[in-house]
Amino acid sequence: MTAPLIGDAVRAPYDLLAWLIGLWSDALAAVGDAFGIGMLDYVFMHHAFLVGGLIAVMAPLVGTFLVHRQMALIGDALAHTAFAGVAVGLFVNSLLGTGISPYVTAVVVAMLAALAIELISEITDAYNDVSMAIVLSTGFALGAVLISLNTGGLAVGINQYLFGNLATVSRENAALLVVLFLVVSIVVTVTYKQLLYVTFDETAARVAGLNVPWYNRLMTTLTAMVVVGAMQIMGVILVAAMLVVPVAAAAQVARGFREALLASVVLAEIAVIVGITLSYRYEATAGGTIVLVAVAVYVGMVLAGKLQSRRDVVEESGAVTGGMDATAGGSAED
Amino acid sequence: MSFEGIPSIGVDAVETNRSGENGEADRVVDVVDLTFGYAAAPVVEDVSFGVDRGDYVGVIGPNGSGKSTLLRLALGLHEPDAGSCRLLGHPSLAFAERERVGYVAQDVTENTKRMPITVAEVVLMGRFPHAGFGRVTQSDRERVREALRTVGMERLADRKITALSGGQRQRAYIARALAGEAELLVLDEPTVGVDAESVDAFFELLSDLNDEGMTILLVEHDIGAVLEHASRVICLNREVYFDGSPTAFAESDALDRAYGTNLGGRKGDPDGRKGDPDGRKGDLDGRNGGDGR
Repeated sequence: MTAPLIGDAVRAPYDLLAWLIGLWSDALAAVGDAFGIGMLDYVFMHHAFLVGGLIAVMAPLVGTFLVHRQMALIGDALAHTAFAGVAVGLFVNSLLGTGISPYVTAVVVAMLAALAIELISEITDAYNDVSMAIVLSTGFALGAVLISLNTGGLAVGINQYLFGNLATVSRENAALLVVLFLVVSIVVTVTYKQLLYVTFDETAARVAGLNVPWYNRLMTTLTAMVVVGAMQIMGVILVAAMLVVPVAAAAQVARGFREALLASVVLAEIAVIVGITLSYRYEATAGGTIVLVAVAVYVGMVLAGKLQSRRDVVEESGAVTGGMDATAGGSAED
Repeated sequence: MSFEGIPSIGVDAVETNRSGENGEADRVVDVVDLTFGYAAAPVVEDVSFGVDRGDYVGVIGPNGSGKSTLLRLALGLHEPDAGSCRLLGHPSLAFAERERVGYVAQDVTENTKRMPITVAEVVLMGRFPHAGFGRVTQSDRERVREALRTVGMERLADRKITALSGGQRQRAYIARALAGEAELLVLDEPTVGVDAESVDAFFELLSDLNDEGMTILLVEHDIGAVLEHASRVICLNREVYFDGSPTAFAESDALDRAYGTNLGGRKGDPDGRKGDPDGRKGDLDGRNGGDGR
C-alpha cells in the first residue's frame, strides 16, 4: 500500500492531507505526554483514533437513514462484496506485480455492488433483502474463489481485512479515509432533507417530486464508501455493526430525527474511543472490542429508553387526551 | 383539453405552459377517459371527472374498486394505459410544481414508521420542496408553527409522531400539506385507524379548510361521513357510477348498483384489485355467487 495508489495528479492534495494527519499525530503525542497516556506514544495509535473517530461520525450518519428504512442488512451485504474487492485487488497485484491498494479496489467493487443491489430490486421487483442476500453471497463466494486460486501469500494477507487491524492503518490509508469522510458528510449535509423525506414516507416523497430511485442509489453508494472506510479497523465481518448498533441505541432515547442522528454519532464515538483503548490495553482485536462496547451502550440505552417512556406515560396521561382541543392554549414551546 | 395530445414534456416546457389565472387554472384535477390496470384487467376504466378550485370531492366505492389507484393516477404516480390525467393544468406525470399538492397516505397508524421523528420535523417536510438543497429558513419554521396552529397541534410539536393517536397523526400530515402551501389536499382513506370521536373532529377540520378555499379530494370508505361533509360525491367501482351532489346521490340507486356487485365473495377481499379477470360490466347478478378468483 505504497506509492502507486497516489498518482501525480493527487500529489498536492495528498501532501496537504498527510501534513494535517501529521499535525493530528503531533497533537495526540503532546496530549499523551502531558497526561502520561502510554498508548499515545505510537503513531499507529494516532491513526487508529483518527480513523475510528471519523468512522464513528460517518457510519451513524448513513446508518440512521438505512436503519429507519429497514435496510440494516445492506451494510453486511456490501461488506462482503468489499471483501471480494479486496481479494480482486490482491489477486491482480500478485498476478501483474502491481501495487494497487486493495482498499481502492474494495471501494470500486463495493460501489458497483451497491448499484447492483438497487438495480436488482428495481428490475425484479423482489423485496430488497432478497437482492441483498444475492449480492452478499456472490461477494463472499467471489472473494473465497479468488483467494483459493492463489493460496499462499494471498491467504496470509486476507486476515487483516476480515478482522481489521489497528496496526495496518498507515498514513496513506488514513488519508483515503479522510477523503471518504469528507465526501460522505458533504453529500449527507446537502441532501439531508431529501434523504429524510424518502426515508420517512416514500410515497409522499414521490408526490413531492423527489426522484426516489436516485436517492436510494445515492444512499447505497454512500454505504459502500462507509463500509470500505470502516473495514480497516473493524474488519469486513463487523463493519455492518457500526452502521446499525449506535443508530439502534440512539433510537431508544431520541425523540426527533436530528436528535437521533447526533446521539448516534456521540454513542459511536464513545464506542470507538473506549473500544480502541480497551483493545490496546488487553491486546484484543479492535473491531470486536468496539462492537462489544457499542452493544453494551445499546443495552444501556434500551434500559434508559424504558425508564424514559415510563416517565413520559405518567407525565402525558393528561396532556395527550387534552391535546386534540389544545388549540386555544398558548405556545408550549421551550 | 387542448393540450391533450402533447406527450410528456420537460420541466421547462411545463413552466412556459403554466396556465396562470386563465380558464383552465380553475380545474385542479381533470381526468378524461382514463383506463389503467396493474395487470391485464383494468382497475379503473373510462373514468372521467374534474375537480374545480374550491371543490370538496369525496370518492366512495367498495373495496378494490380502484379508488386509491385513481388518486395515485391523478397524482401522476402511475402512467395511464389510456386517457389523460391533468393536475393544476399540467399532465400529472410531468407535473413539476409538486409543493402545490398535499398528499396524506392511507392508514397512517399502520404505515407511520417507528422511527424517532417529532411532529415539527414531519411538518417541516412540507417546506422541503420549497427549500430544495438550500437551508431551512426562519420563515419556513414560522410557517410550520402556523400550520400546526391551524390544525390544533401546536402543543404537540415536540412529541414523537409515533406517540400520537391516529387522529393526531392525520392532523400532523395535514399540517405538513398546509406548511407546503398546498392548494389541493389529496387524502387516501384518512380515517382508517382513527377513533370515531376524532373522525368527526377531523372532518370538521377539512370542512374549515375547504371554507377557507382549500380544494379537497378524498377517498373514503365511510359513506356517511362523505355524504355529510363533501360538496360532491363520486361513486366508483372501476367505472364512475355517480358524480354529483350528496343529496342527489342519496336519492339515486348508484350505491346499490356500485356496491351490489360486491356483496358476494368479494367482500373482505381488501386488495382484490387484480382479482377479477372476468368483466363486471352488466354482470350484476352473476357476481353474487362466484368470486372472481
